[in-house]
Amino acid sequence: MEWRWDFTFEILPRMLWATGNTLLAAGIGYLIALVVGLILMLGQRTPYRIVNFIVREVVEFIRSTPLLVQLFFVFFVAPQFGIKLTAWTSAMLTIGLHFGTYLSEVYRGALEGVPKAQWEACRALNFSTAYTYRRVVLPQAFPIALPGMGNYLVGIFKDTPLLATIGVAELMHTANALGAETYRYLEPYTMVGFIFLIISLPAAMGLRRLEAAVAKAQGKVKH
Amino acid sequence: MDTRHPQSLPDGSPLVRFADVTKSYGDLTVLDKLNLDIAQNEMVSIIGPSGSGKTTVLRVLMTLETINDGVIYVDGEPLTHMPSGAGLEVASESYLRQRRSKIGMVFQQFNLFPHMTALQNCIEAPMQVLGLSRDEAEERALDLLQMVGMDSKKDQHPTRLSGGQQQRVAIARALAMRPQVMLLDEVTSALDPEVIGEVLNVIRSLNSEHNLTMIMVTHQMGFAREISDRVCFFYEGKIAEQGSPEKLFEDPQNERTKQFLHAVLDAN
Repeated sequence: MEWRWDFTFEILPRMLWATGNTLLAAGIGYLIALVVGLILMLGQRTPYRIVNFIVREVVEFIRSTPLLVQLFFVFFVAPQFGIKLTAWTSAMLTIGLHFGTYLSEVYRGALEGVPKAQWEACRALNFSTAYTYRRVVLPQAFPIALPGMGNYLVGIFKDTPLLATIGVAELMHTANALGAETYRYLEPYTMVGFIFLIISLPAAMGLRRLEAAVAKAQGKVKH
Repeated sequence: MDTRHPQSLPDGSPLVRFADVTKSYGDLTVLDKLNLDIAQNEMVSIIGPSGSGKTTVLRVLMTLETINDGVIYVDGEPLTHMPSGAGLEVASESYLRQRRSKIGMVFQQFNLFPHMTALQNCIEAPMQVLGLSRDEAEERALDLLQMVGMDSKKDQHPTRLSGGQQQRVAIARALAMRPQVMLLDEVTSALDPEVIGEVLNVIRSLNSEHNLTMIMVTHQMGFAREISDRVCFFYEGKIAEQGSPEKLFEDPQNERTKQFLHAVLDAN
């Protein structure tokens, strides 16, 4: 088996198109997860203990089961109960929920990382609760949450090949299809790995720079 | 509804009144039916062993903690409670927000906002809570930063400042709200010895030039003695003894006071 460059260039347009779908899936999935995470985090901080309990159990349940199983449940099992969703919708819903639970933990940890004394200073200055969150707590929680948020962005991106199993035309799905059509697997799968690498690495580096920039903007001294 | 306490105090009453205030955590009683009056422009120091409830006095007055019994009055009106029918009921959050602005507090650990510069720390509350314009708030803040000798550091973030400098900014931040009563909670306890003096100088000038009503919890016996109109010695959630600094430090009557002063002055 030899590497064939002509074949590589021949399939490149389809692979790039699939890359677009992969990025789209990761991006939309991440945006949904960011919002779901916020809702789940708030759901664990309500004044009602029963609500907090239920939301926490749901979060634990989703975190303790594999993404692939959840994906199959939404795409294959749900229709048998009359809930028919397209592959894309199932994918976005599942990724949003699954990673939303992780992000809710990131948010929770970040909020708890803001010292209680900051709340007291706000109370002593007579700030409203909303203003305390907006001007004091969230700006301090954000840099704490940022590394975790970045990790899950890259994490979602790297989990998108799972979507191939339900027929979302992302990179892995396209590589599978090309393999089936041409009986050549070396080039398509190598390209999948390579494309993931050249996107993940700069993304991780960019996130680290962003963390440093946020820290600097907030006057943190670098140790 | 509670009718044991009046809905307001008559004219000429003290600026702050603790009326039978009890604060407990479970079985632990931190303030035990405390009665304490603070007059306008009075400088009162609170001393005592740790766990005697002295910091709690400030924390309940700042409404950082709720009290279990009794009422605190500020400027003639109840603070912890609000009028209801013929009596009083526990204050709502919106009532607290109206009344709390008469009180300012400086913390042991400064508690500056680390993501804001010294100046931003001082203008946030006047703009948001008092509704000042940015120009008005900055003018006020710069005056105060100058008073505490921090105007040249106005654009620095707290992490760039020494403990003493941070505490001076924290004092300016509290003053920017123009409180009627200033609470100082062990404001020099977290400081290196060589910068304690700069903070004490600021408090001295607040006392002598600005005639601010202040309640200070402190371990600095020398400073308490020099600056206070009155010193209260706390023991087990009560005032065991109080009086002029000369009287309390030179001729304590209570056995606990004697022991405490002995131990503290020996340690120095």
